[in-house]
Amino acid sequence: MSEPVLSVRDLRTTFPLGGEPVPVVDGVGFEVASGEVLALVGESGCGKSVTALSILRLVPRPGRVAAGHLRLCGRDVLSLPVREMRRVRGADAAMIFQEPMTSLNPVVSVGAQVVEAIRLHERVSASQARRRTIELFESVRIPDPAERVDSYPHQLSGGLKQRVMIAMALALRPRLLVADEPTTALDVTIQAQILELLRELQRELGTAILLITHDLGVVNELADRIAVMYAGRIVEEGTREEILARARHPYTQGLLRAVPSLGRRGERLAEIPGVVPSPIEWSRGCPFRTRCPRVLPACAETMPAPTRLSTTHASRCHAVAAEVST
Amino acid sequence: MVEPHVASNLVVAVLVAGALFVARAVRKSDLWRGSLRELARRRPLALGVVAIYVLVALLDSVAWTGGGAVGAQGDQLALHEPRSVVDRLFPGDFGERSYSVPLASAEFYGGAALRHPGRHWLGTDILGRDILHLTLKGARIALLIGGFTSLIVIPLALLFGVSAGYFGGRVDDAVFFLISVLASIPGLLLLIVLVMVMGRGAVQVCIALGVTSWVGFCRVARGETLKLRELDYVQAARALGVSELRIILRHVVPNLLHLVVITFVLLFSGLVLSEAILAWLGIGIDGSWGQMIDQARDELSRDPIIWWNLAAASAALFGLILAVNFVGDAVRDVLDPRTLREDR
Amino acid sequence: MTPGSPPPILRVEGLRTWFPIRKGLLQRSAGWVRAVDGVDLSIPAGRTLALVGESGCGKSTVGRSLLRLVEPQAGRVWLDGVDLLALRTQDLRPHRRAIQIVFQDPIASLDPRMRVRDAIAEGMQAFGIGSDEAERTERVRALFERVRLDPDQIWRYPHEFSGGQRQRICIARALAVEPRVLVCDEATSALDVSIQAQILNLLRDLQAELGLAYLFITHDLGVVRYLADRVAVMYVGQIVEEGDTERIFRDPRHPYTRALLAAVPSIDPARRGIAARVGGDVPSPAHPPSGCRFHTRCPEAFERCPREEPLLYPVGDGASRCFLADQAR
Repeated sequence: MSEPVLSVRDLRTTFPLGGEPVPVVDGVGFEVASGEVLALVGESGCGKSVTALSILRLVPRPGRVAAGHLRLCGRDVLSLPVREMRRVRGADAAMIFQEPMTSLNPVVSVGAQVVEAIRLHERVSASQARRRTIELFESVRIPDPAERVDSYPHQLSGGLKQRVMIAMALALRPRLLVADEPTTALDVTIQAQILELLRELQRELGTAILLITHDLGVVNELADRIAVMYAGRIVEEGTREEILARARHPYTQGLLRAVPSLGRRGERLAEIPGVVPSPIEWSRGCPFRTRCPRVLPACAETMPAPTRLSTTHASRCHAVAAEVST
Repeated sequence: MVEPHVASNLVVAVLVAGALFVARAVRKSDLWRGSLRELARRRPLALGVVAIYVLVALLDSVAWTGGGAVGAQGDQLALHEPRSVVDRLFPGDFGERSYSVPLASAEFYGGAALRHPGRHWLGTDILGRDILHLTLKGARIALLIGGFTSLIVIPLALLFGVSAGYFGGRVDDAVFFLISVLASIPGLLLLIVLVMVMGRGAVQVCIALGVTSWVGFCRVARGETLKLRELDYVQAARALGVSELRIILRHVVPNLLHLVVITFVLLFSGLVLSEAILAWLGIGIDGSWGQMIDQARDELSRDPIIWWNLAAASAALFGLILAVNFVGDAVRDVLDPRTLREDR
Repeated sequence: MTPGSPPPILRVEGLRTWFPIRKGLLQRSAGWVRAVDGVDLSIPAGRTLALVGESGCGKSTVGRSLLRLVEPQAGRVWLDGVDLLALRTQDLRPHRRAIQIVFQDPIASLDPRMRVRDAIAEGMQAFGIGSDEAERTERVRALFERVRLDPDQIWRYPHEFSGGQRQRICIARALAVEPRVLVCDEATSALDVSIQAQILNLLRDLQAELGLAYLFITHDLGVVRYLADRVAVMYVGQIVEEGDTERIFRDPRHPYTRALLAAVPSIDPARRGIAARVGGDVPSPAHPPSGCRFHTRCPEAFERCPREEPLLYPVGDGASRCFLADQAR
């Protein structure tokens, strides 16, 4: 299978801020191959969630996808009529969200919600759909699945609700799963369970995953490749080892050094001074220049083009480009 | 004993001063200024209409004696009657003997010539009074009902609601009991009883309306206080040793103000309409549109029909309520706490 | 207590905070949520004790109970020789100065309608610090500098600052009344990683400059290792293990601590494949399991565990609430 499940090029999504449409995702491009896990990493405000919503055309009004090319399972998503898009959502690509508490309808039983998702896309009888739901609950390791089917969301813990969400998302065997901070709201022991589950399911079903998160530990557990976002743009991209062990972009390096990990004590945490600029303040030039320890005059002029560091590793930084060419 | 018109002038002076004070406070606060601008942007027409009504009401509230011409039928007494700015827009002796159609030159019954032919734009009523004059004067009554009553309702509801929400426990139980009892008595019944006990008069009717309307906002204030009380910044103030009273006045009440504004605007129309019902029962305020409508009831069954007094009062009432409701919806959208907080 | 550490500035004994469950029309009490069920702590002056646990373990309630933002049912909280819980509400106020709190959500922590200068000065006013408004303004400016913010911005509103800056303002507000103990209730959990690093460094520096003691409440074990001298691990209202930070990370003696540490993903690409050591969900504090509260999920449970409630058995310089620690002696 040579064609990637998801191919994004020059994506630009804008929101009206202060009267004008301002891009919160500006020129983002990446690919997700069949069966692989790509993590989109960044801090709040970098545009990673909006990117995920743009792929499924779920950007809330008044935002809109202003430009770009999106190919999902070989089809051009941006030009599809709305009815076709509804068929794509759920069947070709499904999404799970961060807050299990608000992602499920509180007045409908969890089983009914999964059944509804199934019957929206496939012509099966209610009892067949129910049986499939129970099987799905088993596959996501929900204990007593036959009873749980009739439970209501408030009767389930956060971890169980997230498992229900995963079951619902995988019900139609989509080729791409978009997971937006799937474990951020969960306790760490529950997070470990869910990560284990996602790994197994991904291996069994061969689903590609676009993982959106800010947690580099979660990324290390799940991702094959990583793309780092800052201020609406991808600033570095590479395999898991390349990014976590050999990052070259100053932001990625700063981020890795700022994480207090279990393996270190005593030395000061490296800070990145300053704050993330708001989308209104992004102008031409590299958005990280106000906080970068390696800033050059060129950084105020143009957004750096990607510098190839290996077949899989690229970084958008003038300083890195200068190093590589010498 | 202060003459009613002097008291009225004083009240207007106080209101205008109050309005200027509020305007200054709003100008200083970016939060409120932005909201006001947004409101003016969304509903300029409705705001303009409300402003016109307010202006007319104010003009009718400023009165003094003397001046103006006294006509042939004039009384010595009439010279000493206080007349407001609105009154003075019309000639001193504008009355006819009885009904006349708008812009007519002759009486409706009998066809005798009018004293001021063609000058009664909305006709005259059974006593020969100019309908336009009466309608304009009704504005003052309507705003009195809405405004004065809200002045009673809102502080009362805030006092009980915030206390119940903040202190909880027995205070909450007591207030809850009081609210439930009040809410269980049919409003109309209570209104009638109160007015009969206190007697008829603008102030008494306003008080009665106030007593029967404060429960709704009290519940809202209590609910919102319950939420605010748990917010971290209130807890932080407690940790900092700030006294409970100061916390309520500085942290809770200011963050309820947006609800106060919304409630005020929406309560207003409800109150004015309630008075119309009271007028229909015969216990309204003299000179209100509700009373005009009530008096016009009988005339609908005459033949030929007399419609112009009913139409004028209804149109005026409808216009005010409609404009206030438009403004009210816009106010609710604009003052939504999510837009007020402007987070990054 | 490790030898060589200073005497405790805050000592907690037998803290119990239970919340009533009210059901039905007449709001009858139908049981209790035992959020904090017998907690003992001590914090040496100028040091940091981390209180760690997952949601529902009661760590936030401990913090609020110390400040009497919720009222405990039982226990003693000794601060400077005075038992804070024994004081009547009127007598409590002067003692509130000594222990302050920074909350998790920087947005909800500041009144959106107050300028930040007034928010910081509010505590000063309550305790009579600073003789007039002008002097208090000067103190606020000094506090802004101490938390590394631009003093010219003290007249702005909270929404004009970013999340990390707001958290600094909350720290400044707490410092304004010159406390001896600072309770940080998940103070960095809502911040981005790079901002969190700034705040953690700031807190460390402030501790060194001012000699503050911290009770750092968190679920993030990485932060614990960076900041804390001692750690106490909580599970369903009780402390299940406590001790010196290095020892706990090197040699955890309670199965829950071991499961917690094993569950934290590392960012080292060579270390992958965390296995969830415990299944199931955290029990509700309204119905804690019988005997040892962890026995329903413990991979090392045996017959004694559901029958008897374990005590805190001494382990090195700390303790572990596990029968295995009792037998190992």
